[in-house]
Amino acid sequence: MKAGSNLEKILRAGHFAFTGELGPPRGTSVEHVKEKAQYLVGHVDMVNITDNQTAMVRMSSWAASLIVKELGLEPNYQMVCRDRNRLAMQADILGAYAHGLRNILCLTGDHQQFGDHPNAKGVFDIDSMQLVAMVKKMRDEGKFLSGEEIHDPPKFFIGAAANPFADPFEWRIHRLAKKVEAGCDFIQTQCVYNMKKMREYIKMANDMGLTEKTYILAGITPMKSIGMAKYMKSKVPGIEVPDEVIKRLEGVDKKKVAEEGIKIACEQIEEFKEMKGVAGVHLMAIEWEHKVPEIAELAKVLPRPVVE
Amino acid sequence: MVKSKRKPVEEIKNSITDYSRILTVGCGGCASVCLAGGQREVNELNAELNVAFRADKQSKKLGSYTVERQCNMQFLIELDGKVKDYDCIVSMACGAGVQLMAERFPTVPVFPAVNTVSIGVDREIGMYEEKCRACGECVLAYTGGICPVTRCAKGVFNGPCGGTNRGKCEISQDIPCAWLDIYERLKSQNRLNDIMKLQEPMQWKNQVQRTTVQEPYEKRYYR
Ligand code: SF4
Repeated sequence: MKAGSNLEKILRAGHFAFTGELGPPRGTSVEHVKEKAQYLVGHVDMVNITDNQTAMVRMSSWAASLIVKELGLEPNYQMVCRDRNRLAMQADILGAYAHGLRNILCLTGDHQQFGDHPNAKGVFDIDSMQLVAMVKKMRDEGKFLSGEEIHDPPKFFIGAAANPFADPFEWRIHRLAKKVEAGCDFIQTQCVYNMKKMREYIKMANDMGLTEKTYILAGITPMKSIGMAKYMKSKVPGIEVPDEVIKRLEGVDKKKVAEEGIKIACEQIEEFKEMKGVAGVHLMAIEWEHKVPEIAELAKVLPRPVVE
Repeated sequence: MVKSKRKPVEEIKNSITDYSRILTVGCGGCASVCLAGGQREVNELNAELNVAFRADKQSKKLGSYTVERQCNMQFLIELDGKVKDYDCIVSMACGAGVQLMAERFPTVPVFPAVNTVSIGVDREIGMYEEKCRACGECVLAYTGGICPVTRCAKGVFNGPCGGTNRGKCEISQDIPCAWLDIYERLKSQNRLNDIMKLQEPMQWKNQVQRTTVQEPYEKRYYR
């Protein structure tokens, strides 16, 4: 065990992992966090707590992580490179570990231009890959990035994101290889809609031996509406929505679109359960947390395993 | 070279409105090359200031002069005799020139007439593109001659990030993705190996003011 988090135990025991996501509030309400989290308790192995997602100011990831942890839900502390330099990052990593956080997800972060402070100074002192390597160095060598010794180093289970669908496709697998080399223990992918491409990507990862070194969790976001599908297709950088998906949603009764979206997601999950090289799925049902129990039920991933 | 752009006449006028004898000084270096602050632009600025002050019924004495470069003290000496006839100086050089001017004439207020924008190249007449952020640790050797510090919106060193979108950067469909260009260039030169290995964190060298001493001169300046 590298960190002994619940996610690590579940993956090492060979179970198919099921993780969720929660966006902290744009305010201070603990109730708000608890309200969303209650739907996830017992239904997911770990929940990602986003870090100023889409560059909008929110309650900090570590703080919201502590709130969900109190409810018995294991957080995945997300950290982006946009908002802090290497000193602040390492300080937060120490603090988060001291408070019992055990998973971390290292991200570059959306550009500040997308958010509510578009003219903020973006930090980007190091990039997500360098962040992975830094957290690993802190854990395995017990050293700060500078090389100085850490007293009681933090031991995190280290995650990173991967987008199999961004250009150039043939380079994506090498970028994954770089992240694995940097030291990530698990990967959560961008939302998958193009299964054909995903199969190809996973096959390459298997062939290159990457899936033996890291656990890949496939990203799933059920479509709530045709509008959302079209928006994702045309407006969200790095997300690929094939026309078949949109056609399928258009083919059902208007009232049943969301249901069909969930159905598609469940079919994907079924396929991932059988796909060699995929260790689980990561369900990103942002602002749809109350649907998670239903989706988990339909996807037949309940009850969640308990590994001591 | 250094690229700059002239400030709006209103802003310049506001900073000098309390002075009656104003010397506008152009720079024959970069500012002149990028058509922001050479002799021609000095004349244009003074003409505009003239109109603006006259509209306010203010009468001013506006002098003009252009030196070869404002970033070398030797070229500023020739102003010594002139400056005493003026209450303030408007410098049309980049930020470096403005500061050296202020150093040369510490008792005379010096005001900038341009915004210093970038180190860049000439794309078309009057159109300049930023190319270098003077980070002090050039990485162009392994990025195919394309600067990720300047051109990548998130300044990543192990790109392209997951946001690259139809060849463009995630922040805009008008901005090409620097890392996609790096990838394509290295691929065409059979050099993808250069970006296969993890690039270590940058050791930023531009966090304090830097003084550059060329090696043959080290003995002269450092003991
Ligand atoms: S899309 Fe390309 S240029 Fe834009 S931030 Fe990502 S890697 Fe950099």
